[in-house]
Amino acid sequence: MDWGTLQAVLGGVNKHSTSIGKIWLTVLFIFRIMILVVAAERVWGDEQQDFVCNTLQPGCRNVCYDHFFPISHIRLWALQLIFVSTPALLVAMHVAYRRHEKKRRFRNGEKIDIEELKNEKFHIRGPLWWTYTSSIFFRLIFEAVFMYVFYYMYDGYQMPRLVKCDAWPCPNTVDCFVSRPTEKTTFTIFMLAVSGICMMLNLAELCYLVIKICMKESRKTT
Amino acid sequence: MNWAGLYTVLSGVNRHSTAIGRIWLSVIFIFRIMVLVVAAESVWGDEKSAFTCNTQQPGCNSVCYDHFFPISHIRLWALQLILVTTPALLVAMHVAYQQHQEKKLLMLTGHADAKHMEEVKKHKMRISGSLWWTYVCSVVFRLLFEAVFMYIFYMLYPGYQMMRLVKCEAYPCPNTVDCFISRPTEKTIFTVFMLVTSSICIILNMAELVYLVVRACARRSQHHSNPSSGKGSFYGHKHSSEYKQNEINQLLTEQDGSLKDMLRRNSGLQEKGDRCSAC
Repeated sequence: MDWGTLQAVLGGVNKHSTSIGKIWLTVLFIFRIMILVVAAERVWGDEQQDFVCNTLQPGCRNVCYDHFFPISHIRLWALQLIFVSTPALLVAMHVAYRRHEKKRRFRNGEKIDIEELKNEKFHIRGPLWWTYTSSIFFRLIFEAVFMYVFYYMYDGYQMPRLVKCDAWPCPNTVDCFVSRPTEKTTFTIFMLAVSGICMMLNLAELCYLVIKICMKESRKTT
Repeated sequence: MNWAGLYTVLSGVNRHSTAIGRIWLSVIFIFRIMVLVVAAESVWGDEKSAFTCNTQQPGCNSVCYDHFFPISHIRLWALQLILVTTPALLVAMHVAYQQHQEKKLLMLTGHADAKHMEEVKKHKMRISGSLWWTYVCSVVFRLLFEAVFMYIFYMLYPGYQMMRLVKCEAYPCPNTVDCFISRPTEKTIFTVFMLVTSSICIILNMAELVYLVVRACARRSQHHSNPSSGKGSFYGHKHSSEYKQNEINQLLTEQDGSLKDMLRRNSGLQEKGDRCSAC
């Protein structure tokens, strides 16, 4: 089970999304997951091995690394991407439930074409509208929470070159050097920017859905 | 065979699960297996190479690592996930057996053409009768495995927290030696995360068990208020047309509506359907 399987699972949801939703999914897979897998993981690959401290004291390096990097950027991004993509499964489950209901009606004698049922695209109205809107809302919440967690843990988004560590068993204060800080800062800012774009797409989609439903309601009343 | 292979095998079972069962399967694959593969494995990747002891004594590092980590978290989680997902295969085997029975029935009634055989493969089995018992057993086993592994984790690594420092006195380490674990905070975060998802899975399994029991009781009380033909003996031994027809009737009763509906839908079966007492 890896990112490829997640893509297969979410690809099915794509059919029932709005156009903005489809753009969001593409941005997620190409500019975030793919960048994470092909580039970012290599940059952070040697983060602990090449974290060098100016001391011979055994254990000091481990302790300092743990103190300054409680959870690695890569893992945080992986968790963020998993959490942000899963609300789409709510929509998939709702669509599957609607299909199941239609099949039940078919079994009870109504005439519905089975092939058409499989390929049918459900319009985003009624309870499906609420499920879809909730899923976008959750996506926004998860994105915001993870961005805050990043900001809180790493005091801003820049990777320092040097950290001063005085955790036991390091003697007094020890200088420790982070590997590839500039490259890491570049990727952090990139992932931050794409995350911001995804949040804007989600907000746009939310506005679009709300406006669409308001227009429909006003057309119904006139 | 890897996690993707397991996913392929279990996706087939998904079709015959309850809604809660499907949610459980999604939680397992997305929040446990996927997190294990894409995140946790890299956190524990350097657990031995970065395990440093404050000594130059050869062998001390290995001995202390082995003493404090008899089995790594990653391997325990992999075993747990494999054992927890496999009871679903009991259900898959039972469904395959029932489909085989239905195909036999179709051959007896003379409708063994490709279209009907395909429909047998595709239609969803209702969870009733013996399949209900198999399904409930699989859920009970899942619960049992989850609980056993959580207990093993607790016994091996009390408190679920990963320490930064362990003091080791195993031979050949001289006296007491300080050993430092790599990434303890990150490991604690992932341990807690996996523990929480494990608990969510246990809750989902319990909910599914309750749902199945309640549904079976509701069905039984409906059955008592509307008595229908009971189940007779399974297969006759004589091959006269009368016995064959009885056999067909009994099998139709056992199939609880799913095959009946399929046969009823096809207009060519109207004659035989009229003779069928269970329809």
